[in-house]
Amino acid sequence: MKCQKCEKPATFHITDLIDGEPKELHLCEQCAHSFLAPAHDDSSEVMPAMAGLLAQHLAVGETAEELARLDQRACPVCGITFLEFRKQGRLGCPHDYVCFQKELDPLLVNIHGETQHVGKVPKFCSVDAEQRTQLIRLRREMKEAVADEAYERASELRDQIRGIECDQQSED
Amino acid sequence: MNFEDLAKTSGKWLRGSGPESDIVISSRIRLARNLADFPFIARATDSDKAEIESILRERVEGLQGAGKLGIAPTYLDVNQLDEVDRQFLVERQLISREHAESEGARAVVIDQGEQFSVMINEEDHLRIQVMYSGLDLNVAWNQINALDDLIEEKTTFAYNDRFGYLTACPTNVGTGVRISVMLHLPALVITRQIEKVFRSLQKINLAVRGFYGEGSQATGDFYQISNQITLGKSEEEVTKDVSDVVPVLIDYERQARDFLIRESQETLHDRISRAFGILQSAKTISSEETMHLLSSVRMGVNLGLIENVQIPTVNMLFIHTQPAHLQKLTGMELDPSDRNIERASYLRRHLAGDPPAADQN
Repeated sequence: MKCQKCEKPATFHITDLIDGEPKELHLCEQCAHSFLAPAHDDSSEVMPAMAGLLAQHLAVGETAEELARLDQRACPVCGITFLEFRKQGRLGCPHDYVCFQKELDPLLVNIHGETQHVGKVPKFCSVDAEQRTQLIRLRREMKEAVADEAYERASELRDQIRGIECDQQSED
Repeated sequence: MNFEDLAKTSGKWLRGSGPESDIVISSRIRLARNLADFPFIARATDSDKAEIESILRERVEGLQGAGKLGIAPTYLDVNQLDEVDRQFLVERQLISREHAESEGARAVVIDQGEQFSVMINEEDHLRIQVMYSGLDLNVAWNQINALDDLIEEKTTFAYNDRFGYLTACPTNVGTGVRISVMLHLPALVITRQIEKVFRSLQKINLAVRGFYGEGSQATGDFYQISNQITLGKSEEEVTKDVSDVVPVLIDYERQARDFLIRESQETLHDRISRAFGILQSAKTISSEETMHLLSSVRMGVNLGLIENVQIPTVNMLFIHTQPAHLQKLTGMELDPSDRNIERASYLRRHLAGDPPAADQN
């Protein structure tokens, strides 16, 4: 099969999503490289590398439907979708490392060769970091409840929030 | 903090007094940290950013025990600074270009000696940085580790046991540490061996960047070597990976210099003398040309081919001839052609000769 942009043989078969519609691209190595790197904005070296890695990784073995489904998945805490992460190369909140763990594992192997942290551990507050991250969701829900004038719900959420914040303080 | 006063001196890390400082300019360590209970910056709302900034300002500015580490923290609201001031901080390597140019609530807390700076709301909530003159990674690590502990005492960082310290970009997750050493490698450039050096560094997962870090050009023959891997290795291992390679690079550079002296001493001496001559007498000169010529002059001072000029002076000139510094030093806004004139004037004045035991100013 020939590359869709030039005459060389296609060795990269990439599934891209344009406006939610899957599109199959067949490119040679050079054209794939230019396609995967952004044409402008060289202020961040990381972004092109990330976008490229993700696109490559996801292109291997995923069908268009699987990719579309994956892209719709959102983090319950901050609301970021996998598609948004894929596009901007940045995660939305600490909980993304939990809810997208399966997808992040191969990406991390690609970048670091490993997926298990070895090294410094926070001395003081390591235990309840994940619990504190839930505060992101609780605060967001409380704001929404207030906006919807669901004051009882807002008050429940506020108590939950206070509960977690007080646990933190009693440990200090 | 008075920028005009700051402009007249240079940070301790530039004094050129640390180990191997003929070739190693500085050692720098940076840690990325995020609060556990806020979204990462890319997803944070304006009000999130304001809250994060306010919390971290209070933690870092009011750091108990900073005195013991020899640090006097000064807070700067980067969002309120005008462009020249932000550019000034970038030129002094106290903030990144991204931090200067992005938007929203963000700040930096720096120490008077400029050996540490903590950016608030850059790519991560906190980017802690320490910088030392010459090759001093172990001292730098001990310092930044102690600082990290002090901040963490009252703060829950985003962390889990599997992935370590959680960062906005997966390329920083785990230790969140970037260990860099800045080297001056003019002879490797002249002898065209620098590409070979890059390729071998890439093979062992070390990145090479220019004077101002990510995305910058390697002007002035300065190269920053740093780790790319942050997950699966301890901070000590990463430090060792970088510090093990530095003596090898120093050796290559010294051998290249020896080679130039043996094989083409007149050419080398001529190159250095011409560079010095132009800097001493030009009436107008660009920043690019200045960096290029100062690089030869620096090597010339190291090799004893230029007398009457000290390394700390040359190091300082690299920084003071940058656009925002010139404007701070003259106290005026200058357009590019006025800057070129002012730059040349500054160089003429400072290269007229140092007294033998020059002090740092």
